[in-house]
Amino acid sequence: MKRVLVIGASSAIAVATARLLARRGAFLVLAGRSRQRLLTVAADLESHGAAGVALLEFDAAITSNYEQLAAEAWGDGLDLVLLAHGVLPDQQAVQDNVVATQLAMQVNANSAIAWLAALAHRFEQRGAGTIAVLSSVAGDRGRQSNYVYGAAKAALTVYTDGLRNRLTGCGVCVVTVKPGFVDTPMTHGFSKGPLWSTPERIAEGIVRAAGRRGRVVYLPGFWRYIMCLIKLLPGRLFDRLSL
Amino acid sequence: MRSWGGLPEQAQQSLSLDWRDQALQQLQQTGLVVGLGRSYGDVGLAANGRPLLASGLNRVLSFDAEQGLLRCESGVTLGAILQLCMPAGWMLPVVPGTRFVTVGGAIANDVHGKNHHAVGCFGKHLRSVRLLRSDGQEINCSAEENPDWFAATVSGLGLTGCILEAELQLRPLAGGYLDTESIKFQGLSEFLELSAESASRYEYSAAWIDCLSRDVRGLFSRANHSPRPGARPLAGALCSVPVALPFSPLNRVSLRLFNSAWYHRQRADRRSSSAAYDRWMFPLDRIENWNRLYGKRGFRQYQCVVPAESVAELLALIRASGQGSLLAVLKQFGSLESPGLLSFPRPGITLALDFPWRGETTLKLFAQLDQLVAAADGAIYPAKDAHMSAADFRRAYPRWETLEKFRDPALCSLFWQRLTQEDG
Repeated sequence: MKRVLVIGASSAIAVATARLLARRGAFLVLAGRSRQRLLTVAADLESHGAAGVALLEFDAAITSNYEQLAAEAWGDGLDLVLLAHGVLPDQQAVQDNVVATQLAMQVNANSAIAWLAALAHRFEQRGAGTIAVLSSVAGDRGRQSNYVYGAAKAALTVYTDGLRNRLTGCGVCVVTVKPGFVDTPMTHGFSKGPLWSTPERIAEGIVRAAGRRGRVVYLPGFWRYIMCLIKLLPGRLFDRLSL
Repeated sequence: MRSWGGLPEQAQQSLSLDWRDQALQQLQQTGLVVGLGRSYGDVGLAANGRPLLASGLNRVLSFDAEQGLLRCESGVTLGAILQLCMPAGWMLPVVPGTRFVTVGGAIANDVHGKNHHAVGCFGKHLRSVRLLRSDGQEINCSAEENPDWFAATVSGLGLTGCILEAELQLRPLAGGYLDTESIKFQGLSEFLELSAESASRYEYSAAWIDCLSRDVRGLFSRANHSPRPGARPLAGALCSVPVALPFSPLNRVSLRLFNSAWYHRQRADRRSSSAAYDRWMFPLDRIENWNRLYGKRGFRQYQCVVPAESVAELLALIRASGQGSLLAVLKQFGSLESPGLLSFPRPGITLALDFPWRGETTLKLFAQLDQLVAAADGAIYPAKDAHMSAADFRRAYPRWETLEKFRDPALCSLFWQRLTQEDG
């Protein structure tokens, strides 16, 4: 039986991924902000075959006891961590507001990195396991439409690159997951075109990548090429576009 | 947001409901709670232009694999339920032609399937429902507890409140396969004979007809669960229609060609095969966004139920109009009653056809069809409708006034407004 920690467990992608793991009989530790919502997710996962579920409450905006949370989550050893919490701030509303920008960085970058810092040495000692981190294509290059979110995801991407570089040698796998547009509560209100995907498809990609010990995974895969093009655009041209 | 058929012209600005704790606040802002928005016409569009999409309310709350009881939030899809319960040896007693339907939507429209003659509607297998009213009151209802609320909510078109959760009775499943048979028929009398002969021996039956051919011809499909064991995961989509074309490739010529090809594709008069349950039950789910095939203008579906003797006239009218349909379906309903006040199925033959939307031309045909349906004392299916007259609605669904009494004052669909709020 696998022991899995899901951070941000009530997010749509996390729920969809946890369901797939529950079907395989995993024991799931769910970390999130609202106890009520975690209980609902726990019931769903138990219905889907989870061997058991434990809850951990934390609020990415205020929590500071990450060491203690990680110790509780660890139990007698985690096989997989899915770090999936985050907020998508409204760029217009946030960009000229110092406090809102800081809060977005706190939730999307600082708290995520704090979790990883608290978990890394445990995985290193164990010498096995997988850490899957939900970053975003938004972190690949800053664009005026969402660079506050993008900056936090970029920090997270670089952090996980470094962590992978450190832990690969001792048998721990670190997967950076970069979803493109996904139809979730986070993106309600966006008009959805053919590039959009669903949490269920992203979840399948995450489980596949974790099983294959992937490194950097774009989901769906075509985003690798889109982002490659966007990164290759020369600065002068890039800055004339309103991306 | 638009309905599955491509309505309306005016904008619907949707809100989303993902957690129970948001429900009351959201309910006070919306005009209608909807599931996946797969209803064809305006039954899933809010009169105030602000529908609340509850498909994020999608958690299973308990699953008793001994008794086959499943309790879930209302946004769980029937496909998700099948995925969960089939490996455990259970299945949904009633599914419509797509698995992309939420439990809430299935209740609100009291959907039926190809086994209506054997097991009745979705509502017949519903154990209980938990409703939230916009005044904050929560109501549990079932056949025993608050039965009047239960009757109003099953086939209640989502108007009695926000369906928070539901408990379903599943049925045991031998395996994920069906033994199917497809039989060519010519003429309505052959269809009726096949229906009568199949009713007691086959759990599932429905017929595809070529509505453009001179004499009514088609393929009668019937199936039973196979003793062959093993459930497999539901098949994914084969392909997707990425965008709606500016025009519809489905016109008089292409439809005629397609229908003819489809009929002649099967060489033998009878063909038996073993088919995966979901492939047979949900053929259109294999083409993601198939509604876009009808182009930007969208399409309308016409589904009615009439006595057997009236079907020929309806089909003659459709053939004469030259407007027609890729998928025309005939099915004989059974006589099992549903607990719902406004359930559509009733004894008779149901005919369902898609029509590319051509504005007045389509409406003119529909008006002629409506006359025949009214003369035969038939009914039109609200889940598919966007044109029915108030008089026809009130005749076919005389209990609408009872539903109006149970309607949450915060909720009203364009459908309900059109048919009940103005003097018909």
